[in-house]
Amino acid sequence: MSTMTAQRQAGWTRRMGHGVIIVLASAFLGLFLLLPLAAVFVEAFRQGVQAYVASIGQPEALTAIRLTLLVAVIAVPLNLVFGVAAAWAMTRFAFRGKALLGAFIDLPFSVSPVISGLVYVLLFGAQGWFGPWLNAHGVKIIFAVPGLVLATIFITLPFVARELIPLMQAQGSEEEEAARVLGANGWQMFFRVTLPNIRWALLYGVLLCNARAMGEFGAVSVVSGHIRGLTTTMPLEVEMRYNEYDYVGAFAIASLLAMLALVTLAVKTFLEWRYSDEIAAHAPGGH
Amino acid sequence: MRRRVLPGFGISLGYALSYLGLIVLLPLAALVWKASGIGGEGLLRLLSSPRTLAALKLSFGGALLAALINAFIGLLVAWALVRYRFPGRRLFDALIDLPFALPTAVAGIALTALYAPNGWLGRWLVPLGIQVAYAPLGVLLAMVFVGFPFVVRTLQPVLQSLDRDVEEAAESLGASRWQTFARVILPVLVPTLLTGFALALARAVGEYGSVIFIAGNIPMRSEIAPLLIVQKLEAFDYAGAAALGVVMLSFSFLLLILISLLQRWSNRWEERAA
Repeated sequence: MSTMTAQRQAGWTRRMGHGVIIVLASAFLGLFLLLPLAAVFVEAFRQGVQAYVASIGQPEALTAIRLTLLVAVIAVPLNLVFGVAAAWAMTRFAFRGKALLGAFIDLPFSVSPVISGLVYVLLFGAQGWFGPWLNAHGVKIIFAVPGLVLATIFITLPFVARELIPLMQAQGSEEEEAARVLGANGWQMFFRVTLPNIRWALLYGVLLCNARAMGEFGAVSVVSGHIRGLTTTMPLEVEMRYNEYDYVGAFAIASLLAMLALVTLAVKTFLEWRYSDEIAAHAPGGH
Repeated sequence: MRRRVLPGFGISLGYALSYLGLIVLLPLAALVWKASGIGGEGLLRLLSSPRTLAALKLSFGGALLAALINAFIGLLVAWALVRYRFPGRRLFDALIDLPFALPTAVAGIALTALYAPNGWLGRWLVPLGIQVAYAPLGVLLAMVFVGFPFVVRTLQPVLQSLDRDVEEAAESLGASRWQTFARVILPVLVPTLLTGFALALARAVGEYGSVIFIAGNIPMRSEIAPLLIVQKLEAFDYAGAAALGVVMLSFSFLLLILISLLQRWSNRWEERAA
């Protein structure tokens, strides 16, 4: 009888413990993640829907949106091709220095965004290595769109490769070897065997790469020069409006970026749920 | 040479190497080259400037503290998400990556709107003497925010794969719940916790966008090292900016190497114990 009471007592204490952990975790997540998200939308609509729509419709907001899309449309496909090439070389062949190559691919994750922008100023800026030559030939990279693209490529370089390498490693190369033995040429093998095998992981990597590319702030802010209508992407437009005390305007643009983040999370969650086997390890790692 | 059945070795490796070289290695070489321009004396002068030292201390001290906080909270949250079923669990699970998906500038102004003296939470906290925005605490908060997903996401798969039989065995042998956690579960998690800690640390050290809005950027008090780099750049002190960049990078690599050594050591210790 007494052991039963003791057991019941222990079970009750344990359930209490569970409850405390659940309440603590939920409270933290609500306060720490949900509240800032709510703040973005509430502040954006503080002066009503009309003010919100008007501040998004301003010409500099529209050019910022266009520029953000342009930068992502160039940077993401380039890193996609790089990711596939790097993953192919690293998972299908043995060569010296493979570990070093892997470390170099991860390098941008441990470099401060500010430094990622700085390095291009040192290369292409007025006082940089190639600055005088570029200047003489009338090519502008820093304080212009090419600089924004380069800084964004640097920041988002690892995403696709990081996603593909563990998956292709796990999949092995039997199917591709079979395709070759059966007479497929290189491209046939790639498009009919490799690509279908990695498509969801590829999409997953592109999704993360794109989210970071459109949202990047530190690196692009260093190379942008903040020339309104020419070199301000959406995150930079947020900063400029905020510093001009146009809070509704800043949060209006921010709300668009927050929606992009929510869509990214939704698609990401869907891919993890539907195609978890074909995505492999999706710890965000350096993401 | 059976492996060479597959085509494209030369072109894929060649392309990857040239791309990496042009985008990452050449620019980083330019950084080191430019930094070397200030010479030993210049480096000494840079590192003996109280303002630089204060900024480096805040960036690295804040990032270490933020990663530590994230290790604790991340463990709690990952545990709750993996072990328990409760309303809102799936939503919270999906939201864990919000700090990663939300652009840093957006996070920065959102946190400031909450914690500024007239903000949602700030108006209650400031009268209590807790100043978050425009103070070092704000820097810490932003650093915890951006590093938060890393510990949770590295821990989750490991927690999922933990063998519950071992826990049950420990308990049936008379261990308390807390003893089971501290002696059986935690040792297995240490290497993973270190991985998450290192990732959160690397992210927080260099963080710029989310920090500068809430920090207030008061010299000697709430000014982070990346902001000093930007200021040097705006003053056309390219060599100084590059040198500070190299100092930051060397420090972070040193820390990351240290952590991976710690990890190797704890793995070995774990194997010996088993």
